Amino acid sequence: MSQAQGSYYLPEPSHWPIVGSIGLFTLLAGFAGWLHGGSSLWIIVGAIIVIVMMFGWFGKVISESESGQYNAQVDVSFRMGMAWFIFSEVMFFAAFFGALFYVRQWALPWLDGAGNNAMTGELLWPNFQAAWPLMDVPNPEGFDRPKEVVGAWGVPFYNTIILLTSGLTVTWAHWGLKKNNRTQLITGLFLTVALGALFVALQAWEYGHAYTDLNLKLSSGIYGSTFFMLTGFHGLHVTIGAIMLLVMLLRAIKGHFTAKHHFAFEAAAWYWHFVDVVWLGLFIFVYWL
Amino acid sequence: MSTVAATHEHHHPTGITRWLFTTNHKDIGTLYLWFAFIMFLLGGAMAMVIRAELFQPGMQIVDPHFFNQMTTMHGLIMVFGAVMPAFVGLANWQIPLMIGAPDMALPRMNNWSFWILPFAGTMLVSTLFMEGGGPAFGWTFYAPLSTTFAPASTDFFIFAVHLLGFSSIMGAINIIATILNMRAPGMTLMKMPLFVWTWLITAFLLIAVMPVLAGAVTMMLTDRNFGTSFFDAAGGGDPVLFQHVFWFFGHPEVYIMILPAFGVVSQIIPTFARKPLFGYASMVYATAAIAFLSFIVWAHHMFTVGMPVAGELYFMYATVMIAVPTAVKVFNWTATMWKGSMTFEAPMLWAIAFVFLFTIGGFTGLMLGVAPADFQYHDTYFVVAHFHYVLVTGAVFAIIAGVYYWLPKWTGNMYHEGLAKWHFWLSAISVNVLFFPMHFVGLAGMPRRIPDYSPMFAEFNMMASLGGFVFGASQLLFLYIIIKTIRGGEKATDEVWEGAEGLEWTVASPAPYHTFETPPQVK
Repeated sequence: MSQAQGSYYLPEPSHWPIVGSIGLFTLLAGFAGWLHGGSSLWIIVGAIIVIVMMFGWFGKVISESESGQYNAQVDVSFRMGMAWFIFSEVMFFAAFFGALFYVRQWALPWLDGAGNNAMTGELLWPNFQAAWPLMDVPNPEGFDRPKEVVGAWGVPFYNTIILLTSGLTVTWAHWGLKKNNRTQLITGLFLTVALGALFVALQAWEYGHAYTDLNLKLSSGIYGSTFFMLTGFHGLHVTIGAIMLLVMLLRAIKGHFTAKHHFAFEAAAWYWHFVDVVWLGLFIFVYWL
Repeated sequence: MSTVAATHEHHHPTGITRWLFTTNHKDIGTLYLWFAFIMFLLGGAMAMVIRAELFQPGMQIVDPHFFNQMTTMHGLIMVFGAVMPAFVGLANWQIPLMIGAPDMALPRMNNWSFWILPFAGTMLVSTLFMEGGGPAFGWTFYAPLSTTFAPASTDFFIFAVHLLGFSSIMGAINIIATILNMRAPGMTLMKMPLFVWTWLITAFLLIAVMPVLAGAVTMMLTDRNFGTSFFDAAGGGDPVLFQHVFWFFGHPEVYIMILPAFGVVSQIIPTFARKPLFGYASMVYATAAIAFLSFIVWAHHMFTVGMPVAGELYFMYATVMIAVPTAVKVFNWTATMWKGSMTFEAPMLWAIAFVFLFTIGGFTGLMLGVAPADFQYHDTYFVVAHFHYVLVTGAVFAIIAGVYYWLPKWTGNMYHEGLAKWHFWLSAISVNVLFFPMHFVGLAGMPRRIPDYSPMFAEFNMMASLGGFVFGASQLLFLYIIIKTIRGGEKATDEVWEGAEGLEWTVASPAPYHTFETPPQVK
């Protein structure tokens, strides 16, 4: 390959993608098998393969990046890749938010006989009354009735403050990196990861509280379904984002990144802001309103 | 950067690892195209089972449950296994060549996008051999058929869909990054070939809706296994919610399968009419308009579900608006041919057939879009006729046209024009014998997805089955022609076609393993 100005870095053949495919297949087929009485062994094997793949693949990219093989054009490709990946994640959450809005706005009132559905209400469950959060489902048989809703102004409010603060600390860390102030970078990242971990811990506590004290479960009807699926996928994404930032912290301690060249850090920060914004949506529509 | 020069020789490995580990867009394009063709034959074999059972009224060959598995798997395999991967294969081969890029923007991820597919396909097809059989609820997998009443294998189906979606999203991200970041100097957006434009917009649609499909199957998974009640009215959910989420994905999905077809045809017609594409800018804007409208029309698939009248009216008006940008396209293709010096080599024949037959499918779509009329057509063979006109004589014809058009560039050999003409005429006639009578039985009320039917539909069904068998067999001829072309034949020139314009015709035939390592200058 000619090394003229602006030439693109084309990686040599790589075995990591096929390892990833084998890992994902093992993980998911193992999970589906486990749901139907199979052994959980394949889930673990699959997860290990995927984790090994991620170490290997990301490790390779990091070493290529640190040895200066990526030019500005490669950097732009990475930026576009991350930005569109985050957009796909936004749309994944949109499906669950859409389900929440549809149920609150249309499905429950219609079950209660709103619009042209008077006979639906009359014939199916005449005693059903639409409400949100829905405590009494149309057919209580087989569903766990929650005793109380999860209030917005306790743990969820503290979690809002925690996540918003972590958005500030990660930006402060970024300023540090751009000024070549490594102490500020490392301190900021450490604070961000710590706040992320605190958020996840509080969320875990709240789940325990909901399950044991409030009797709010996945099987509590549509309120429990939307509550746990939305907050659960968000919590998973916070965990992933915190792991990404933790890797950035370890890399920063090792001396990676320069003031000009640090897209991995920015990608993790973008992702962190994305989980932050999703949380604001959750706080407003799942907890508060 | 000496390491890159040193490893350059390793860029062309041989044997099985060449294909497993490859980061080359041409290799990956080839893999996609072969995978799609294998799935096309597999899904086609299932269609043969369906047509054999429907050859006569009454139950002959398969039991109803197996028939349902065949209709379901035929649809899923053709959509996710054949048409989508085939277009990604064309994109992989052609987009870097057409914009003067050395490869796709993210070559390793490109490999992963492909190599997830065989695993996902295996998981999907393996459900047929599981206890209780495979998915039998139709390719739209409506709840509660797919939740409360579905076999255990449905959870494998769900994860197969997750994997397919993951592959599509990564493929789409790669295509967007390639088009926006890798164009040769001077290749402004409004100079891009239309195939590149249509794929740019398609990739955006993919990233926007595949995650929504993932959300839908995830809700199915938790409803089935973890006690949630998204689609269960007893718990306050709603089975109709499934249809809304599914079709929010599903309607853009049908444009995902047709926009790249528009792109292929927009490359071929100017070449063989020896005129530039008529109304290039309006083609770009029409594509964008169709993509935008695709997000706001989904519930026209659900007119009979019991929506408020305001909803029916809104979705009807929004739907028929799609006819406007689509008509712009058909007009432009026709105007491109107007007073052109036309020749009718195989790619052009398929492209012209596309324009005629896709337009028929478009018109029946317009009929279905009219809400009060749809109450009559809904879930009949009229719908089946409609979407097979847009997907078989639309998407599949465009893929075949594209393969004939670019095959000489890929292999360095010309295909056998005589055999290709046989392939075309056999397919073009039989496909109409296959699908046109379905309009009539559908309008007369024959329901889809049922293995038996009233004797009054017997003649048209027998016709359709005969057309189906001929159409299926004709595709084996296609396989033979492709293999014959790969193995030899008249050498193709670099330009291949007399009237061909574009960067892909400036490189040698067959295209060298690495092209445009130094970007060309586009004026």
